[in-house]
Amino acid sequence: MATAHTKTLSRIMNLPSIILLFIWMIVPLGMTIYYSFQRYNLLTPSRRGFNGWFNYEFFITDPAFFEAIGNTLLLVTGVLAITVIGGILLGILLNQAIIGRSIVRILFISPFFIMPTVSALIWKNMLMNPIYGIFAHIAEFFGANPVDFFAVIPLLSIIIIVAWQWLPFATLILLTAMQSLDQEQQEAADMDGASTLAKFYYITLPHLARAITVVILIETIFLLSIFAEILVTTNGGPGTASTNLTYMVYNRALLQYDIGGASAGGIIAVILANIVAIFLIRAVGKNLEA
Amino acid sequence: MARKVTLQRKLGFTALAWFLGCIMFFPIFWMILTSFKTEIDAIASPPLVFFQATWENYQLVLNQSDYLKYFGNSVVIAGGSTILALLVAIPSAWSMAFSPTRHTKDVLMWMLSTKMMPPVGVLVPIYLMLKYMGLLDTRTGLVIIMMLINLPIIIWMLYTYFKEIPSEILEASRMDGAVLWKEIVYVLLPMALPGIASTLLLNLILAWNEAFWTLNLTAANAAPLTAFIASYSSPEGLFWSKLSAASTMAIAPIMVLGWFSQKQLVTGLTFGAVK
Repeated sequence: MATAHTKTLSRIMNLPSIILLFIWMIVPLGMTIYYSFQRYNLLTPSRRGFNGWFNYEFFITDPAFFEAIGNTLLLVTGVLAITVIGGILLGILLNQAIIGRSIVRILFISPFFIMPTVSALIWKNMLMNPIYGIFAHIAEFFGANPVDFFAVIPLLSIIIIVAWQWLPFATLILLTAMQSLDQEQQEAADMDGASTLAKFYYITLPHLARAITVVILIETIFLLSIFAEILVTTNGGPGTASTNLTYMVYNRALLQYDIGGASAGGIIAVILANIVAIFLIRAVGKNLEA
Repeated sequence: MARKVTLQRKLGFTALAWFLGCIMFFPIFWMILTSFKTEIDAIASPPLVFFQATWENYQLVLNQSDYLKYFGNSVVIAGGSTILALLVAIPSAWSMAFSPTRHTKDVLMWMLSTKMMPPVGVLVPIYLMLKYMGLLDTRTGLVIIMMLINLPIIIWMLYTYFKEIPSEILEASRMDGAVLWKEIVYVLLPMALPGIASTLLLNLILAWNEAFWTLNLTAANAAPLTAFIASYSSPEGLFWSKLSAASTMAIAPIMVLGWFSQKQLVTGLTFGAVK
C-alpha cells in the first residue's frame, strides 16, 4: 500500500545504517589487507615498505600457527558440544513440572550475564587454584591429587569456563523452543506406545532443529573471538598451549608491535570465520525462511 | 490437557533441577560469599562457609581504586553506544519492517554477515586509526566502536519486533487521515516502544560485558569495569576478597537486569526464530 513517496522516504531512513556498516566493513578491512603486505613494525617505523607475501609466510610458518588454528577449532567445537548437548538435557529437565521453576531458571541463566573477565578470574582463583581452590579441596577430600588446571590442561580449563558462560544461553533458547512443542502430538505418540527415546528422536529433536541451528550460529560468532578469558587466565600459555587465533594476532599486534604480521594473521582469521560463516548463514537462512 | 504427573516424578525432577541449578550458580554464590570475608578467611583450608562477615572489602575497593571512575566509564560506554546505535537503527529497522523491498532480506543478511567478521581482523587498523585521531583510551572512541559492532544485532532485534506490529493499523490510521508524523507519534511509537525497550535492555547487557575492544582500546583513562577487573589477574599476591567485592559490584546491576530480560533475550538473540 506504500506510495512512491513513502518508499523513497523509507529508503532514506535505511541509508545511515547501511552507509555506516558499509564503511565499518570496507575501510578497516581494506587497511588490514594493505598492512598485511607491508613491512611495518611500530618499534622501527622508518623501515616500512612493500613486503610481498612475507608476512603471511612468516605467520603461517610460525609453529604456533597450526596450534592456534587447532586451539580455535577445539575451543569452538568443545564449547558447542557441551552447551548444545547440555542445553538439550537441561531444557528437557526444566520443561518438567518443577517446584519453584522460575527461581531454578534464574540459577541456570545467571552465568550468562557475568562479564568474561569476572567469570574467568573467579574460576581461575577460587575454583581452579591448585592449592586454595574449591576443586583442590574436593580432590583432597577424596584423597586424590589436586590438578593444576592451567598448567596441565589449560585449553580444557578455558573450554570449561566458556561453556559455563554459554550453557545458560543454549538452555534458555532450547527450553523456550521446547515449550512450543505440540502436546497433542506427544499424547498421540504416547497412545501409540512410543518409547521416551523414540518420542525424543522423532518429535522433540526435529522440532528443535531450528533453535539448535540458531544457538550454533550465535555461539560460533562469539566463540571464534574468545579473548578475555585467555588473557586473564593463561595469557595463551603455557607456551602456546591455549593460544587461539584471536590471541595470537593480539600478541603480534599489541605486544610485539608487528603491524604487518598481525594484519596477515587478522586476514587469516577473517578467512577462517568466513568459511565457517558460509555454512552457517546458509543453514540459518534456510531455517529462517519458514 | 496436561498429562498426569505423579508426585514422585515431580519431586524427583525438582530435586535434580535444584541440585544442578545450585551447581551452575555456585561460582557466583561463592564469589559473593568471598566478598564478605577477610583475605585470610578467603583462603582458609578447609573453605569457610560460616565466618565473621565484613564490609571492609567493599570499602577498600571503593576508596582505593577509582572504582567509581571505572563504573562511570562502563555506564557511558555501554549506555552511550547503545543509545547512539538505537538512533541509527530505529529508522532503518522501521523502513525494512514497514516498507520492505525485494532487497530487504538480502540487506538484513548482509548486516548479519558484518557481525561475522572477527574483531581481530580489524584490530590493527582500528587501533592505529584511534591512535592517530587521539581517540585511543577515550570514552568517545570506545562509544563509536561499540556502537558499530552492535549495530547489526540492534537492527535485527528491532526489525523482529517491528515486524510483529500489524500493518493494518497503519492503513486504518491513514484512512482516518493521519499525516505521517502523527502516524508515527500516536500510532506506531506506542506499539514499538516495548520492542525498543527490550532491545535497549539486551544491548546494554551485551555492551556492559563486551571484553575484546574494551580491553584492547583502553588503558588508564577510559577503562570500563571489564578492564578494571582484568587488572586483578596480575599474580602479585592473592586478593580474592577484594577481587570478589569488585566483581560483585561490577556484575550485580546487570545480572539483575538480565533476570528480567529472559524473554527478550530469547527473541532478540535468535532474531525472532525462537519465541
